[in-house]
Amino acid sequence: MKLLTLNFLTCAIKTCKTQPASFPLHPRDAELEIVETDMNLPFLKNILPRLMWDELRTITSELGLPDLPPTPPTRSNLVEGGEKDAVAEEEEQEEVVEEPTQTAKDLHRILLETCIKEGKLVCGACGHEYKVMEGVANFLLPGHLV
Amino acid sequence: MADSETQGPDYEEQHVHTVYEQIASHFSSTRYKPWPVVERFLKGLPDGAVGADVGCGNGKYLAVNPRVFIVGSDRSTNLIKIAKQHHPHSAVVADNLSLPHPNHSFDFAISIAVIHHLSTPARRIDAVKAILELLRPPFRDRKGGTGGRALIYVWALEQKDSRRGWDEGHQQDVMVPWVMKGKKEKAQKKGKALEQDMEYGGAKRGAEDKTFLRYYHLYRKGELESDVAEAGGEIVESGYEKDNWWAIVARKT
Ligand SMILES: [Zn+2]
Repeated sequence: MKLLTLNFLTCAIKTCKTQPASFPLHPRDAELEIVETDMNLPFLKNILPRLMWDELRTITSELGLPDLPPTPPTRSNLVEGGEKDAVAEEEEQEEVVEEPTQTAKDLHRILLETCIKEGKLVCGACGHEYKVMEGVANFLLPGHLV
Repeated sequence: MADSETQGPDYEEQHVHTVYEQIASHFSSTRYKPWPVVERFLKGLPDGAVGADVGCGNGKYLAVNPRVFIVGSDRSTNLIKIAKQHHPHSAVVADNLSLPHPNHSFDFAISIAVIHHLSTPARRIDAVKAILELLRPPFRDRKGGTGGRALIYVWALEQKDSRRGWDEGHQQDVMVPWVMKGKKEKAQKKGKALEQDMEYGGAKRGAEDKTFLRYYHLYRKGELESDVAEAGGEIVESGYEKDNWWAIVARKT
């Protein structure tokens, strides 16, 4: 399961979701793997405003990965030579091929290629542990918690 | 169908989840063409939109638009193993009544051919509520933002020209056979894990056909809209497409 997924996951128990401590889920005993995938710069730029940066930093530090910068990159930080303004971009849409910066490559590596293969995701509010097996996180709850 | 609310989950475990887990690879090999309404909805999303596919199955809708990000979920681990191969998206195993997503955090959601598998009226309404809870509340901005929208798609009772031939006035709670051909079963070659699942399901490989029965609630005209209203949602648009009722819905607040 790619780390970007954790940006959109919380505890499956209804009463837990409204408690701030239920987000993000905390990886425990995690075995990581790199699953390479094509760099998609427009996708990365678009997803940027949706990232909960502080929470992602917590997760990467808990996983023992290199620290993410304290502040999130801007769209321009991701494009070699900076991003063109919107008008120019529209006019030259077909011709301009944007190159990713090292920042973009690092972000791609962390969010989309770094995957939890085995381990647990733990809710910070109720302590419930969700298993990850063969890269699949399982959020099915036992009957008494539904 | 289930005769009391408490029997819903057990009934669905037996007549929906267990079946999908067993037919996963075969089912998946037949599910590749997106329905036009779903394709139009997904392709009309702004780049970078974030959404959920509730009951994503093998993830066939994850492939439609690579410029958005979708977290798919399904109860079947075997289907999620197939679904998670669609980049840049993600897929997790979850129940559609206990979704592991923060409330009000998605620009869009789809739930295609899913809530008709829930076996009581209350559970079907709860399923709509769970989808509405995912969506960002309504807002208006200069760019024409509107808040989250969800597309819900269910099997219709009114389908007299279909192979099944059901129509108005017929029984709405039905068991529908899924026939897995014995000899021609291509999925057997795909991998050991899947082969084992089929053995577990009692299918005799290379021999006779095996029939699985799945529970469906067939929606009457107007029923989906009324479930959405009951769940506190608003209909943005709704219609009928080839044996199915669909609705695009939003939160009221
Ligand atoms: Zn919790």
